[in-house]
Amino acid sequence: MKNKHAETLDDALAGVEDGATVLVGGFGGAGVPEFLIDGVCDRGVRGITLVTNNAGTGHSGLARMMESGCVAKLVCTFPWAKESFVFKELYDAGKIELEVVPQGTLAERMRTAGAGLGGFLTPTAVGTDLAEGKQVHTIDGKDYVLELPLRADVALIKAYKVDPRGNLIYHKSARNFNPIMAMAADHTVAEVTEQVAIGDLDPEIIVTAGVFVDRYFVTGPYENGRGQI
Amino acid sequence: MSDQSNLLTRDQIAACVAADLEDNWLVNLGIGMPTLIPTYIPQDRDVMFHSENGIVGMGPPPEAGEGDPDLISAGKGLVTLIPGGAYVHHTDSFAIARGGRLDCAVLGAFQVAANGDLCNWRLPHQNSGSVGGAMDIAAGAKRVFVMMTHTTREGDAKIVAERTYPLTAGHVVSKVYTDMAVISVTADGLILDAVAPRFTADDVQAVTGAPLSTGNVATIEVAA
Repeated sequence: MKNKHAETLDDALAGVEDGATVLVGGFGGAGVPEFLIDGVCDRGVRGITLVTNNAGTGHSGLARMMESGCVAKLVCTFPWAKESFVFKELYDAGKIELEVVPQGTLAERMRTAGAGLGGFLTPTAVGTDLAEGKQVHTIDGKDYVLELPLRADVALIKAYKVDPRGNLIYHKSARNFNPIMAMAADHTVAEVTEQVAIGDLDPEIIVTAGVFVDRYFVTGPYENGRGQI
Repeated sequence: MSDQSNLLTRDQIAACVAADLEDNWLVNLGIGMPTLIPTYIPQDRDVMFHSENGIVGMGPPPEAGEGDPDLISAGKGLVTLIPGGAYVHHTDSFAIARGGRLDCAVLGAFQVAANGDLCNWRLPHQNSGSVGGAMDIAAGAKRVFVMMTHTTREGDAKIVAERTYPLTAGHVVSKVYTDMAVISVTADGLILDAVAPRFTADDVQAVTGAPLSTGNVATIEVAA
């Protein structure tokens, strides 16, 4: 059996290189792989395109990743939150690019990539600024915007439990984007709270099959936003 | 215009909206004012709440000091799950929204046009906004109710003949609940369904940027 268990963060993050497109799971403070994010910061990578829902909080986590100069472009749904002041400063200074994507479209673009499809037609954003320059198709009299797959080099996700095959279950609303991102990258790294033995996860409740997980790193429980200042 | 102190409170507007959410509906609530609505749903009515970050059957906030940081609403506040609720991932959550499973979405707005155009994601002078799930939910829900103040802080109409703000979704709003009135958006234009106590139809028309039909106007019942 392939060994997916990374003993160290360096081992877990070996695939994260300069210029990579990196998906990071989580919504607000729930389901954010905080150890993996810190690991990326510590590796000192540059020029990353970061795809995630929010634009960071305070100075830690995603905000630290941006503040330490890792990120060239942010693709997200909700950039202008009060707590995302680090992003705003960088954006206002012209040091980071931004692409705003409707949340359902962002999720579906990644699912489409993971499913090997060439795109999809969505009623979301028809007639709005966010559909500018995109093809519109009319199906049965209704307009849809053509959206393209969003595939990444690396996905950094967070899950609750893992078994040695990489099968994952999640915890409450910390599930959010994580199972989708797991499917959409060439290399998926899961940060997990707990590792269990083969057979300990009921196959009927596994959310992400291990086939989508390349490496996992076990943290034990910690409080969300552990590095917040 | 009548005295500002006659305007409905946020909770009174929430109670108005709650009265119109029907048994067995699945409803998405936008951040801000709409989150006050669940308190006012009658006990004997089964209304389920969807939160786009992956909750079907969102319950009220936990008691102070309780709660799980992994169980939050789209507004990032701590919430609970009702018995029989379920967690879904993001694409299933938005399949619920776009796929027609939301009976209603109650959203805030900067501007609503007489044709049902909804503007709530970006101000005209800003070159970017925080769209979140607003466009998907507004485009997909079976009904979109808007809950907002009737005018801007400067007193300008937020209900207008034609939108001047950036569009969130076109032709989607069916009802507007404000601190002065309840208004239906129909193919024949705006209908003034009800006004707050101590306001008249003329008061409401004076701060509304599109004509209102006023053939059959009720008075909003406000709890004492």
